[in-house]
Amino acid sequence: MAEWFQDNGLLLGLALLDGLSSAGLIFLVAVGLNLVFGVLRIVNVAHGSLYAIGAYAAASIGIFLAGLGLPDWASIPTLILSAALVGAILGPLIERFLLRRIYAQEEVVQLLVTFALFMILEDVQKLVWGVQPIHHETAMKWLGTIDVPFGADFIPFTNYQLFVLPGFAIITLVGLAWFLRRTLTGRVIVAVTTDREAATAMGIDAAKIFLLTFTFGAMLAALGGALSSPTAALVPGIGAQTIVLSFAVVATAGLGQIEGAALTSLMMGLGRSVAVYFEPELEVVVPYIIMVLVLLVRPQGLFGVTETRRV
Amino acid sequence: MRKIEPLLAILLAGAMIAAAIAAPWLRFVLTIALAKGIAVMGILLLLRAGQVSFGHALYIAFGAYTVAFLAPRFGDAMILLPLAAVGAGALGLVIGLFVTRYRQIFFGMLNLAMSMVFYSLLEKLYAITKGSDGIRVEIMPVAGQALDRITYEWTIFGIALGLAFVLGLLLRLYLASPMGEALAGIKTRETRLEFMGVPARGVLLSAYVMSAVLGGIGGALIAMTSRHVTPLLAYWTSSGELVFIAILGGAGGVLGPFLGAAGYELVRVYAAASFADAWQMILGAVLLLVILFAPGGLWGMAARAIGGRGR
Repeated sequence: MAEWFQDNGLLLGLALLDGLSSAGLIFLVAVGLNLVFGVLRIVNVAHGSLYAIGAYAAASIGIFLAGLGLPDWASIPTLILSAALVGAILGPLIERFLLRRIYAQEEVVQLLVTFALFMILEDVQKLVWGVQPIHHETAMKWLGTIDVPFGADFIPFTNYQLFVLPGFAIITLVGLAWFLRRTLTGRVIVAVTTDREAATAMGIDAAKIFLLTFTFGAMLAALGGALSSPTAALVPGIGAQTIVLSFAVVATAGLGQIEGAALTSLMMGLGRSVAVYFEPELEVVVPYIIMVLVLLVRPQGLFGVTETRRV
Repeated sequence: MRKIEPLLAILLAGAMIAAAIAAPWLRFVLTIALAKGIAVMGILLLLRAGQVSFGHALYIAFGAYTVAFLAPRFGDAMILLPLAAVGAGALGLVIGLFVTRYRQIFFGMLNLAMSMVFYSLLEKLYAITKGSDGIRVEIMPVAGQALDRITYEWTIFGIALGLAFVLGLLLRLYLASPMGEALAGIKTRETRLEFMGVPARGVLLSAYVMSAVLGGIGGALIAMTSRHVTPLLAYWTSSGELVFIAILGGAGGVLGPFLGAAGYELVRVYAAASFADAWQMILGAVLLLVILFAPGGLWGMAARAIGGRGR
């Protein structure tokens, strides 16, 4: 063991750092999906498309503004503003004109409506941004790299991935927990999640809460995409990859659970990047293995609450 | 409507044969449609119980790869088809024992997880599966007869049509049997079913194994027709496609899957030919229109046109 560590310790350290930053991204996307599912009871397949569009939009807005002479430091606020813009435009559009029509329908039908939307948005991306990889890494370059001490050695790592990505995840986690528990709007959202009927009977405007939650979820997905855009080239298909991973996180975490989503994202992010460095064949499989193991022990998910059986 | 279903089936089969004679390229499209229709009957079974599997492409891919792997050894369609069916059934039993403990989103996502694990194994184990290049399937003898290409294609088309007929008939009998009726009970209120002494999980498990067998048969036929298998057969979007076809066809009779599959494949071929970059968008739009404006699917439309009640 000690010998193995001597040989592979640095690699393991790098894998852990990488895992931390990817866990941050996974969390941002999955927590939005989980929030939307909790309130609307719809598994939004198109959540992955919002992620991809957020990424593409952030990259092209960044490239455009850089052409106008935008200073490098402004590239990070630009990422966030682009994400907010994408969420604020697409979120209400999708909720108002599509989802609102199908709240009374069966679960299968709702799932398929978002699947259809996913298919449409997938081609919209290709039509708007083409199929060539797009890369805009100013935000990551501007922050530079840091040598992370690891035992006797140092691991060079980008500041962006080490601080910005996990940082945003932590801010989102804490902010969301505060918002849901301490503010009136947040508590109303929790009330609708717990018991929609009782909440509407108390005079809560469910339609407004749905719109608000969906828009917020869309912004989180777009933010995940926007923050990921400096770290890798954008190619078609990133939305499809992201959404399956988020599904796994949501089911493992337990429906509507924020802290659960954070813990699960961390497990899956770390598990996946350790796999990338040591057993690359297993990379895609690891999240699902974690999911299956968790659900074997806790069928309602890590933090999920068992529903009472009704006769 | 139910009474004239066999008549409609014969009409549809006649129309398919006529189309296949009139245009040779349609023969290929329709064979694939029949194969997918057979697999979608399995989705229909699970939908009866109110469960959506978002991973049934797993069984299609399993059936297809069974054919690709074993064709050099037992190169005869009449041996490979039952092998694929039995293999898929056995896999379905193993996975089913696990996933039938779960309902709703957990059921859907666990199936998704299984299919994604299979997908990545197919893609990553290059030495065995040739990765994303896929495996070519040569023209094989049928029942000991070596056939030239045209006769072979006709034979597979005939086998697919015959199987669709026989399996459709069996499915009809099953759905009308007490066990089939119990499936609908799982959808409405499972607890009541158990109070009556019906083992709900057992009922769902048997339906699940059957759906796996249907998927295996469909996959074997797809491999024999397209003569090339790739991991993409198991990707989650292929599973979504199956649910798509089920809803497009309408969840009423057993003809629905075949109407849906034929419609789906035809739209896809035309859309891909006319708008190479936007065929997904067109399919998605068709799906949305069907869900929003023709809730019974193609089968429901046909039923209304004839004047009976869809079901």
